Amino acid sequence: MSHPTATASSPAAASSAPAAEPAPVIEITGLSKRYDSGFEALKQIDLEIRRGEIFALLGPNGAGKTTLISIICGLVNASTGQVKVDGHDNVSAYRAARAKIGLVPQELTSDAFETVWNTVRFSRGLFGRKPDDAHIERVLKSLSLWDKRKNKLITLSGGMKRRVLIAKALAHEPEILFLDEPTAGVDVALRRDMWEVVRELRASGVTIILTTHYIEEAEEMADRIGVINRGEIVLVREKQALMRQLGSKQLTLQLQQPLASVPPALAHYPLSLDEGGSVLVYTYDASDPNAQGQVPISTLLNDIEAAGIRFKDLHTKQSSLEEIFVNLVRERQ
Amino acid sequence: MNLQAVRAIYCFEMARAGRTLLQSLVSPVISTSLYFVVFGAAIGSRIQEVEGVSYGAFIVPGLIMLMLLTQSVSNASFGIFFPKFTGTIYEVMSAPISYFEIVLGYVGAAASKSAVLGLVILGTANFFVDLHILHPFMMLLFLVLTAITFSLLGFIIGIWADSFEKLQLVPLLIITPLTFLGGSFYSIDMLPEVWQAVTLANPVVYLVSGFRWSFYGISDVSVTASLIMVFVFLAVSLAVVNWIFRTGYRLRP
Repeated sequence: MSHPTATASSPAAASSAPAAEPAPVIEITGLSKRYDSGFEALKQIDLEIRRGEIFALLGPNGAGKTTLISIICGLVNASTGQVKVDGHDNVSAYRAARAKIGLVPQELTSDAFETVWNTVRFSRGLFGRKPDDAHIERVLKSLSLWDKRKNKLITLSGGMKRRVLIAKALAHEPEILFLDEPTAGVDVALRRDMWEVVRELRASGVTIILTTHYIEEAEEMADRIGVINRGEIVLVREKQALMRQLGSKQLTLQLQQPLASVPPALAHYPLSLDEGGSVLVYTYDASDPNAQGQVPISTLLNDIEAAGIRFKDLHTKQSSLEEIFVNLVRERQ
Repeated sequence: MNLQAVRAIYCFEMARAGRTLLQSLVSPVISTSLYFVVFGAAIGSRIQEVEGVSYGAFIVPGLIMLMLLTQSVSNASFGIFFPKFTGTIYEVMSAPISYFEIVLGYVGAAASKSAVLGLVILGTANFFVDLHILHPFMMLLFLVLTAITFSLLGFIIGIWADSFEKLQLVPLLIITPLTFLGGSFYSIDMLPEVWQAVTLANPVVYLVSGFRWSFYGISDVSVTASLIMVFVFLAVSLAVVNWIFRTGYRLRP
């Protein structure tokens, strides 16, 4: 099994596209941020976001996710480094860069006494687009907000307010959408609805960058995963490749009779006992059956039977993205 | 120039005033009427004329200036403070809009509201006293320049303030006292000599005096001094706003 940190040292390399692929829609080079308090939120970040992908940025609290998004969107000034949005520098050519971006912030901020329709319309104007009521209508309908268009924001539930924030971010037809913790505090049904909305947006060509605490969310939606910890990009990888390469698999056998220890005949296998010796656990790399010291499952099962061990049940489990993430962050600490 | 954005901010702010008509228009008009009753009728009956102008008419420019200063500061400070307070400022700061355009939208709306209010108060005053305006163009110039300048000051206060208490601090402790002591309800000549000299250090004296001159041709200080003071205020406010945006003070860390 490859070690997580082996890929972490060169995230940019891991994310670099083959020559045939289009230019990245966002290019971040040498980005760092040190606040006046002295806190170093970002350290020399290099990152490329591909056009049309869903990129999930994972990281524990205070890792630098929101700071990174804030710098790209123009809310925070970088200390060093450069951000290019579709080729436009986000400082010297801020108008062109920001016009392409829609941002859904983490906090449920809203003009409490404004109506849904007016606040979304305001957002479109703010981004320099001429009024287009047909587009606003389409956006509101796609987010199931059409019936609420005359409601004041103060009367809406948290989930609906979150939808309004997405509608505001989409009002000016952005090519890139940042979703900072989009489903925080949203119930499961609404979360799945939101995932559907995000998928539809991606299908329409919008590049989506989302930060999330819900690993399930990244596992469900992302094309690529970036992990940030203590202001550094620890890893950037295709989700499937990440899960294949860093995810281990476990075979668990429920024994008929508990064992005091693993029999010497099986000592050369990476076996362990659990639950007072009544469960035998075999951890292996499913992505590489020919890995050193690894034998086919059938051979292991034959050896177990030959050792006189009887089992009443067995099941296998693939490690989730959450476990991969937790392991990565723990190793870094 | 992102005119759509300026228009969006301007209309959004004006619509907010429309929703709070009682607070933004009716309340100042009632306050002004009360001033007329108390100062104009009660005190005015004991002071016949000031420099040839009836006391009721004399206090009109001062009253308009009082409302203009307080409402400009209040409108503009609240206009930018509220998005900061609720967090919706993120949208303005992430939009493809320049600092100048942000100021134009917020300060333009605040100044428009207070200038309209000034004219409404002028109309209200007309019910109580006979008014005549000697220099209408200069009157409008003073009105508009003062509205813009103090809206800029309000904008600065709104960015500086990080609590509702601070938001009220400058208007309550500085603007209102300076206006009351700035000759709104009296001529400086009516004060003892020592206080006349002290009063000249109050910048509001120059605004009230110039504005009153545009009505009746009488002033405590020269019109040129008044105009210079308005432009100095304007220049200082613009310089501070420019510094705020250049450094990102309390807006863009």
